[in-house]
Amino acid sequence: MLTVYQEIISPYQYLPGGIIEAYHAMQKKYGYIPEDAIAAAAQAFNMSKAQAYGVATFYSYFKVGKRGKNVIRICESAPCHIAGADQVVAALEKELGIKMGETTADGKFTLEFTECVGQCQATPVITVNSKPYGDLTAEKIPGVLAEYK
Amino acid sequence: MSEEMRVVLRNFGKIDPLNIDDYINAGGYQSLAKARSMNQSDLIDLVKQSGLRGRGGAGFNCGMKWSFSSQIASEQKYVVCNADEGEPGTYKDRIIMENDPQSVLEGMAICGYAIGSSKGYIYCRGEYPYVVETLKKAIAQAKEKGVLDGFDIEVRMGAGAYVCGEESALIESIEGHRGEPRFKPPFPPVSGLWGKPTIVNNVETLANIPVIVEKGSDWYKSIGAAGYPGTKVLTLTGDVANRIFVEVPTNTTLRQVVYDFGGGLVGSKKIKAVQVGGTSGGFIPETLLDTSIDFDSMAAKGATLGSGAVLVMDETRDIVDVIERITSFFEHESCGKCAPCREGTKRLHETVHRLKKGQGIASDLDNAERLGTVMARACLCGLGQAAPAPFLTTLKHFQNDYAAKLN
Repeated sequence: MLTVYQEIISPYQYLPGGIIEAYHAMQKKYGYIPEDAIAAAAQAFNMSKAQAYGVATFYSYFKVGKRGKNVIRICESAPCHIAGADQVVAALEKELGIKMGETTADGKFTLEFTECVGQCQATPVITVNSKPYGDLTAEKIPGVLAEYK
Repeated sequence: MSEEMRVVLRNFGKIDPLNIDDYINAGGYQSLAKARSMNQSDLIDLVKQSGLRGRGGAGFNCGMKWSFSSQIASEQKYVVCNADEGEPGTYKDRIIMENDPQSVLEGMAICGYAIGSSKGYIYCRGEYPYVVETLKKAIAQAKEKGVLDGFDIEVRMGAGAYVCGEESALIESIEGHRGEPRFKPPFPPVSGLWGKPTIVNNVETLANIPVIVEKGSDWYKSIGAAGYPGTKVLTLTGDVANRIFVEVPTNTTLRQVVYDFGGGLVGSKKIKAVQVGGTSGGFIPETLLDTSIDFDSMAAKGATLGSGAVLVMDETRDIVDVIERITSFFEHESCGKCAPCREGTKRLHETVHRLKKGQGIASDLDNAERLGTVMARACLCGLGQAAPAPFLTTLKHFQNDYAAKLN
């Protein structure tokens, strides 16, 4: 696997400060950053594993370690909060049979909280694999999920 | 009835954002040519005299900032566009970049010429991968046309850290580090990206530049409030009937924003509070709605214009519940570098959480107020300094809401 990681990293290896771009590429490929990819990044960018891990875990958009195929993030910032984000959370948890922060047994869906995703014309908002869905209600959730089942 | 005035969004809906010819046919890149025909110090004076102040929230005079970098002799300088828009309730930079990316590139190239820089970065938040694609296409087209002529622009993606909107944290992130703010001075215009003089300007600030160069400083200065001239793009959220973005002269009042543009409140309810400037902004009660939105007028009322987000809350809203959510946001987004913020955001959230649950006591309010005052003074960067503002302003204007929750 290490060579696969190295291939993903290599276009950014000589880019000044390129480790964050490399992590984006990694997450685009896998949906998360595999643990072993941290070691590959540390080597490529000539830093300790602790430093490479420190960069990856500083940023909440990155997830180190496996998560579901489809990542659903629910905005809980104030505008979405007062627009009823809690009802969207309840509907998602009910439909998927998991709690926030968990992944379904079949590995298809992960539920995460996020802060503002900048689509506030249509609160409450969720993103599925970074694609935004706005003006959500509990009733609309099954329809959104159906696109990914 | 107040009227919208589109300066930054002058090309909105009129051009195809992914076709540079549309931008050029609309007069695009003539300002860059004009700027390059000018003496650099005259160009900086023009921007300075226009009165343009940073649209990201800090409100610093743009031309003044540029002059700090231009005065330093350095082989390499950088222009950085801050597109890490993360202030909850704000999406104005996305609207600008999605609809008129070339105006941002032109603004950056003008800044580059003014300070003597040949390299720019756009730091765009990771939550906007679709905007990153638009920017990359726009840059490719500009390169192909040769309009940037020697000024290179690269896009870098943020990754979900609110603190990276702070310019020195943003710089750390471009360098590939954890996005923790630096101690200042030196300020970025003197020593920024890789230790070189660096101008970090917000998207909206940069999109103003080509128009100012085209129409002159007197024209710009005549728009809006004298101390903070021009327009501001606002984004309306919450219990307002029209959840829209709108660009208005800066002497427009909050009441005009909420009622003339926002169409009043949903269900014609009464207004309780407006939070301006995003989640770090102060809360404004109904009685202060006739305040003009400009930076100084807002500051005089203990509020901020900030990013221009306008969150409207109706009479039924539970202020303590909203503040609990906001204090939780800051606990999550504090980077942990300085103790007043790392500890302060946590304790403030803990306290407000207790109050919300009906388990707070009167001394909680006094202690939290004291903590907030210390944070505003002692935190290293703007995040921690602004974090207690929502609590402190609501404690001032909505004390009864807190009192009603006391155990």
